[in-house]
Amino acid sequence: MKKDIILAGVGGQGIISIASIIGYAALEQGMFLKQSEVHGMSQRGGDVMSNLRISHNEIASDLIPFGQADMIISIEPLESLRYLPYLSSEGWVITNTRPFNNIPNYPEMDKVMSEIAKVPHHIALDAEALAKEAGSAKATNIVILGAAAPFLGMAYEKFENAIRFIFRKKGDKIIDLNLNALKAGKDFTNNHI
Amino acid sequence: MQKQLFLGDEAIAQAALDAGLSGIYAYPGTPSTEITEFVQNSKFAADNHIHSSWSTNEKTAMESALGMSYAGKRTMVCMKHVGLNVAADPFINSAITGANGGLIVVAADDPSMHSSQNEQDSRFYGKFALVPILEPGDQQEAYDMVHYGFDFSEKYKVPVLMRITTRMAHSRSGVIRKPQIRKQNELKMPSDLRQFVLLPNIARKRYKNLLSDHTHFIAESEASPFNKYIEGPDKSLGIIVCGIAYNYLMENFPDRIVPNPILKIGQYPLPYNLVEKMADECSEILVIEDGYPVVEELLKGYLGRGLKVKGRLDGTLPRDGELNPNLVAVALGKPDTYGIPVPELVVTRPPSLCSGCPHIDSYYALSETLSSLSNGRVFSDIGCYTLGALKPYEAINSCVDMGASITMAKGAADAGLIPAVAVIGDSTFTHSGMTGLLDAINDKSPITIMILDNGTTAMTGGQDSPGFGKIEDICKGLGVEEAHIRILKPLKKYHDENVAIMKEELAYPGVSVIIPRRECIVAIDKRIREKFKNK
Repeated sequence: MKKDIILAGVGGQGIISIASIIGYAALEQGMFLKQSEVHGMSQRGGDVMSNLRISHNEIASDLIPFGQADMIISIEPLESLRYLPYLSSEGWVITNTRPFNNIPNYPEMDKVMSEIAKVPHHIALDAEALAKEAGSAKATNIVILGAAAPFLGMAYEKFENAIRFIFRKKGDKIIDLNLNALKAGKDFTNNHI
Repeated sequence: MQKQLFLGDEAIAQAALDAGLSGIYAYPGTPSTEITEFVQNSKFAADNHIHSSWSTNEKTAMESALGMSYAGKRTMVCMKHVGLNVAADPFINSAITGANGGLIVVAADDPSMHSSQNEQDSRFYGKFALVPILEPGDQQEAYDMVHYGFDFSEKYKVPVLMRITTRMAHSRSGVIRKPQIRKQNELKMPSDLRQFVLLPNIARKRYKNLLSDHTHFIAESEASPFNKYIEGPDKSLGIIVCGIAYNYLMENFPDRIVPNPILKIGQYPLPYNLVEKMADECSEILVIEDGYPVVEELLKGYLGRGLKVKGRLDGTLPRDGELNPNLVAVALGKPDTYGIPVPELVVTRPPSLCSGCPHIDSYYALSETLSSLSNGRVFSDIGCYTLGALKPYEAINSCVDMGASITMAKGAADAGLIPAVAVIGDSTFTHSGMTGLLDAINDKSPITIMILDNGTTAMTGGQDSPGFGKIEDICKGLGVEEAHIRILKPLKKYHDENVAIMKEELAYPGVSVIIPRRECIVAIDKRIREKFKNK
């Protein structure tokens, strides 16, 4: 099994947490992992992107080739479109529909949504609303991860275990909140495919 | 030992700790910062009294490391590529003095300029200084090369340059650590106490020594575990591939079998015999290297009448920018892959000053102050405040190198641009602004210097600022008149007051310093969170 994942969002939205959880789940199964992060200047409210590659075989490149990503997981709708050149013809876009509007020329939302709708395989959800239902808008990134989980080729419990591990110092309340958020995302996807 | 996930930077830091490091020296700079931070956050380092606090700039860092090496201990100095420009004087001369305790200089290059002002290739510096260079291809090599580098440095008494790139520094992968942690060296003087005295008659001998060692360095490169000749049946093309570029090459061969002979380079000077072998058996050579065409140029020669060499110079690969698997595919004549083109409506989302950032208030006040004058008078510097060049502020007219704001404002004022303004951060000021301020004071230059004091080195993630609490004392000590050191609070509610002060100082025909002081909003956030965590 091999998954090449582009994680996208705006600085501070939590794509590194998603990477850590998927990474932990992959390593627990003895998979190889390479993950290329963005640091420094681009974190100041700019677009951020991370290449996450997991595989049962050794991985060569730190960068995913254009046209070969299995999935784009985005916490922001406009950002999900920025990396489409990476997506393979069979690949999925899993994106939040809630915009992060910190630029004066953010395009009209219905146009953004219609571009997302053109992608052959996509899941678009209001992850923030689902996160709030689960207990906190801060878990928006985990809802998105949940929505991506059915495509990641790993048993769902692996992600639950990873969340328990990653948030182990934050107490049961935070763990449960994130598990609920994960489930909300997963349920959304399962109801839409 | 089990594999652990490390960023390239972290792998280097962990390796240094495992290899008996006594001290690390650095000034923060993306993408090198995390090496030093890893040591700072290490309990092992604290328990073993390993030095890790930040230096004021890369030059002081390099010199401190040289001093630690003089005293016989293993030391590492880390910087971003342009930091090596600042440290170039001690770096080049450290090749002549040589080392005593193991000395590794890590320079992190930034091809594609993800967060830098150029994409200079530090391998040039290694060649210039005539020191060996190590260039890891993955995080495991980055780890292994540190042990090797310290051994090499102590064997030949020479500093070793380790060249990494942003992709190597900020990519995470599994690393197996060595089972044994080495002890730190004991304090041990150089066997010749004149080794580090570079008077011409000593330096000449030392230089000859370095030149003659170069033969040994090449021999070491031939035998190095980091330089591998991989045979291949298709001799129409040989491939020389350096550092991380190897991964992009292999990505194009899913079964990892390449038909052509490959020379994988991880250590310089180039292994002469291995290069010669490739030249003898292959009709053409493709060089794949991230950064400048350093190896390609060397093989090709100026007239290009010798070997047939392909790479960045003939357009087989782009002349600038970071490599990737697709560019290498095209260079190999393989089909390119591409997903869906970016829809036209996708606009850029540049980084910006944080909401609540003190620089915003400083810039609004400054721009109003200057509104009655002609444009183009603000010389700025390197830091978060460089984002003041972007909309909606468009408040600055230069960003060149650390400290250049003050000296460029001075030069422009010397030329007749009066008033001229310099805008510099507190950490950049102590890094390289103080000397320029002294020039301006001695010349009584009519410039106004704004030292934006947010109490931290913000752009690289909020490291300690070496001049914290000392900024006005430094200015006074250098000779700025006390009446013309003005401290303001950059807040909207003081806007009119701040504009009035700026106007007064702009009118003063000598050096004035305005210090807008308010803590970085991200640093406050971090501080409060940590306080909360400890409760």
